[in-house]
Amino acid sequence: MSEWWTYRLTSFLLFSPRTYYRLLELYNLAIWPAQLAGMAIGLAIVALLIGQRGDRDCIIAGLLSVCWLWVAWAFHYQRYAQINWAATWFAAAFAFQALLLVVVGVVTGRFVLQPASAGKLWIATSIVAISVLGYPLLAPLAGRPWTTAETFGVAADPTAIASVAVLGLVRGRIRWFLLPVPLLWCAIAAATLWAMNAPEVLVVVAAGLLALWPAVSRTRHDASETMR
Amino acid sequence: MLTLAAAGACAAFRPATVLAQPRAILTRPIPSTGEALPVVGLGSWITFNVGDDPAARDACTDVMRNFVEAGGRVIDSSPMYASSQDVIGYGLRKAALTGRVFSADKVWISSGSRGREQIEQSRRKWQVNRFDLVQVHNLLDWQEHLPTLLAMKATGQLRYVGITTSEGRRHRDIEQIMRSQAIDFVQVTYNPVDREVEERILPLARDRGIAVIVNRPFRQGALLRALARQPLPAWAAEIECTSWAQFVLKFIVSHPAVTCAIPATTSVAHVRENTSAAYGRLPDEALRQRMIAAVERA
Repeated sequence: MSEWWTYRLTSFLLFSPRTYYRLLELYNLAIWPAQLAGMAIGLAIVALLIGQRGDRDCIIAGLLSVCWLWVAWAFHYQRYAQINWAATWFAAAFAFQALLLVVVGVVTGRFVLQPASAGKLWIATSIVAISVLGYPLLAPLAGRPWTTAETFGVAADPTAIASVAVLGLVRGRIRWFLLPVPLLWCAIAAATLWAMNAPEVLVVVAAGLLALWPAVSRTRHDASETMR
Repeated sequence: MLTLAAAGACAAFRPATVLAQPRAILTRPIPSTGEALPVVGLGSWITFNVGDDPAARDACTDVMRNFVEAGGRVIDSSPMYASSQDVIGYGLRKAALTGRVFSADKVWISSGSRGREQIEQSRRKWQVNRFDLVQVHNLLDWQEHLPTLLAMKATGQLRYVGITTSEGRRHRDIEQIMRSQAIDFVQVTYNPVDREVEERILPLARDRGIAVIVNRPFRQGALLRALARQPLPAWAAEIECTSWAQFVLKFIVSHPAVTCAIPATTSVAHVRENTSAAYGRLPDEALRQRMIAAVERA
């Protein structure tokens, strides 16, 4: 793209905020009550993070994979692509993330959740819980109807934020193979909300950064372990 | 001080709002053929990208119906605008407007060899037999696309060929193409605060006999939001303006090189307001200078 420096973030926004939220509304109405299933999956992940089940990690990877695949197909490909031609690429990226979670978490068994500290586990679990229970509240708090609420497991933003929090707990370098797509989506979501002048942008940025913290501090922890 | 710019304009459709005082919509000829186009058209960037939402599609149809009933003809879109082409096609068919509009679309693909294929996809979305005008969007791969478009024009698959840019980008390239290629239209950004094209491109268009379509007349609404803080000057009544939107549009289309401006909207009230700027008196050069000063003060 020539003269790229002359473009602003809003130059890439293809739709109005009204159209975007109407799309969310129609999507929510079309998939109801899948939102309840998404929330149930999210709460199950919270319970698994707190609990000590031996097969916890494999189940969490599988549940996250289901959510990413659903969002890829039902949201990005079938809905969002109507108003944003880039959404077919988003769908491919989300499907790839689902595949990655299955391969790493279910097939190879390299998806090992090992928080560097109880504090990091608490932060990650809290972010997942907030993504599940708190994110849908943003719609009414921003003055929009409930029908435009974004729910974990079926909407892209809360699914990506919660995933960053969980994947930050994964032991070893493999987490840096699992994190790029969720992080990239957080950045795209924040840019979109910023261009739409939506107040939710602050929540996405803050939650994304907070969710990333366990992953970054985990890296420092791993490095110091190696030094010893 | 004022000029009656309606002189020589061809009568098209009369809007309901002016039935009590029948007047012809202002038109400008396309230099390459003399075909007259109403000076206010309809853009579709963002506004018509509503996906498959039935209510929003019907609202867009109402906008198009009111636009045509008010005398408008030029509707502009692009494959870049996501669902806008589908929505235009839906509206044209539902309101039976297909034969009454001047269909202006674009080719926007980085592979020159796929240009024809994309234009055909766009044509099916619009549900028209052929496009009146196809433009190379933002000069993307124009070296490949222009020969294709000119060949399609030669065989009657489209009527006019053009190029586009926006917000002042690549004006040197635009000039070069205007000087060297047999194009009918150029599309640029122009309004009372974005006037760079007055220096070279608009005079060049007159010299070369190229029609000019003006995009982003309201800076995507930002200009009108800024102007709304100030009252419309009382002297705006001299050119029959009752709103800042009409004020800005009359400024744009009063430039002798401009063929039409293409404001976009989702509102029936706004499309009627915009199209009404294509009626009545236009400012002369002295008044245009006052208009610039008024906008810059606001």
